[in-house]
Amino acid sequence: MIRLQGISQVFRSRDGARVAALDDVDLSVASEQFACIVGPSGCGKSTLLRLVAGLIAPTRGTIEVGGRRVDGPREDVGIVFQKPTLFPWASVLENVLMPLKLMGRPTASHRQRAMDLLEMVGLGGFETRLPGELSGGMQQRAAICRALIHDPPILLMDEPFGALDALTREEMTLELLSIWQERRKTIVFVTHSITEAVLLADKVVVMSARPGRIVSDLDVALPRPRSFAQEGLPEFQAVAASVRASIFSRRKGGADAR
Amino acid sequence: MRADGVDDDDDLPDRRATLARLARASVPWISIGVLLIAWELCVRGFRIPDYLLPAPSEVWSQTWALKAAVAGHTLATLKTIAFGFGLAVAISLPLAVLVTSSPAVAATVYPVLVLVQSVPKVALAPVLVVALGANEMPRIVVTFLVCFFPLVISVAAGLLSVPSEYIELCRSCRASRWRELVRVRMPCAVPFLFSGLKVAITLSVVGAVVGEFVAADEGLGYLIQSSTAFFKTPLAFGAIVILALIGIVLFQAVVAIERAFFPWSVSDERFRD
Repeated sequence: MIRLQGISQVFRSRDGARVAALDDVDLSVASEQFACIVGPSGCGKSTLLRLVAGLIAPTRGTIEVGGRRVDGPREDVGIVFQKPTLFPWASVLENVLMPLKLMGRPTASHRQRAMDLLEMVGLGGFETRLPGELSGGMQQRAAICRALIHDPPILLMDEPFGALDALTREEMTLELLSIWQERRKTIVFVTHSITEAVLLADKVVVMSARPGRIVSDLDVALPRPRSFAQEGLPEFQAVAASVRASIFSRRKGGADAR
Repeated sequence: MRADGVDDDDDLPDRRATLARLARASVPWISIGVLLIAWELCVRGFRIPDYLLPAPSEVWSQTWALKAAVAGHTLATLKTIAFGFGLAVAISLPLAVLVTSSPAVAATVYPVLVLVQSVPKVALAPVLVVALGANEMPRIVVTFLVCFFPLVISVAAGLLSVPSEYIELCRSCRASRWRELVRVRMPCAVPFLFSGLKVAITLSVVGAVVGEFVAADEGLGYLIQSSTAFFKTPLAFGAIVILALIGIVLFQAVVAIERAFFPWSVSDERFRD
């Protein structure tokens, strides 16, 4: 479904120096697969998502989505950012409908869909509220609805629960799993949390920083539906340990190389 | 009896809060009142002549005696402010959109804007009278010139202050530049627009008076000049007080419009998370 081949991304920093954000990255995510990308800050995880979304073009390499080469922004992805980034002037419902308005599609038939999505994430009855009146978790739920409104086959999530408190974060993780159970999507999910990654993903991709490289690509074969109860199981711990090991070993290796 | 007692307990914090609010609201009035009384007493006690510093009572009685004329002057000044400020809003908003549309346009237009802004408007006023004639036009143009620059700058800053995620959302939806402007950039600029409007509305009063100083046969600026020429200082003070009131009322009107139509734009804790 999503295939990145030999992707390198070089940015020019403010002082003109060249900064390699990604270096020779190969990655493929199958259709309806849930992939989590874990890695330290500055490993180019967010860059990877933006490349898949077609928001930026790679310095080298090719990206294919659904067998077609990505050469610009595409409407078949939904994006959820770390911050909810809802528009403070628009009601929750208007915010959810915003992508369709930006695309210039008629919204009459989509109103019901937006209401259904809000109902699904427990925001029924909050349609007319302004985002400022909602808690951070509720805002992020609305942002997820916004990403789903045009029913994209691909969902790109850039540390979507990173700004939430620990309890809300667990709640949202489960919520996302149930959404994914209901409406199968290909999800690429960036996170700092190993537990979150193992709990959510079919496969966990570990990246290293400066330059961003893929260190390991682990399949998570834990049974679904998943819950936090599994966290104590040895299978879960084994996967989490191997993810942790590959992050840690890579860091040590990097320090030695220097 | 018991129920009454419970009710009292419930009311008490409310009543106390209301009293506290009243007390807080009355403090500015009390301090202004004390200042006026002290002023009045000083002028009477030290027998300061009227033409140097008139007592508040004298300001009031002389201004009130000419209330029809003063009202006419006030109306003339308000008209100048309305046209000048309106013109500034009408021109600065499209100009801000133009300036922010591309770096090339910005590089072309900004120097001209800065040049115009660098010219002292008071120096420009007599020239404008020569060019535009001895009517209300030079006054309106001076008012316009004084208040349009802060508007352009603040709205342009607002249009460029859009968080990058909003722009990415627009791009991922392949929104046209027009949709991006109307649906995202313009609403983002609203808080900036209002901070610009608050500066501009205050400056517009200054602009109108400057225009009236240079060439006018009516308006509060003209009234100040003509009455001081004849040492009718109390009347000049009356005009100054009215100008201050106009400034306060117009500023509060802008604040009220923002609160009423763009409550999310007001930095009020109720609308922040």
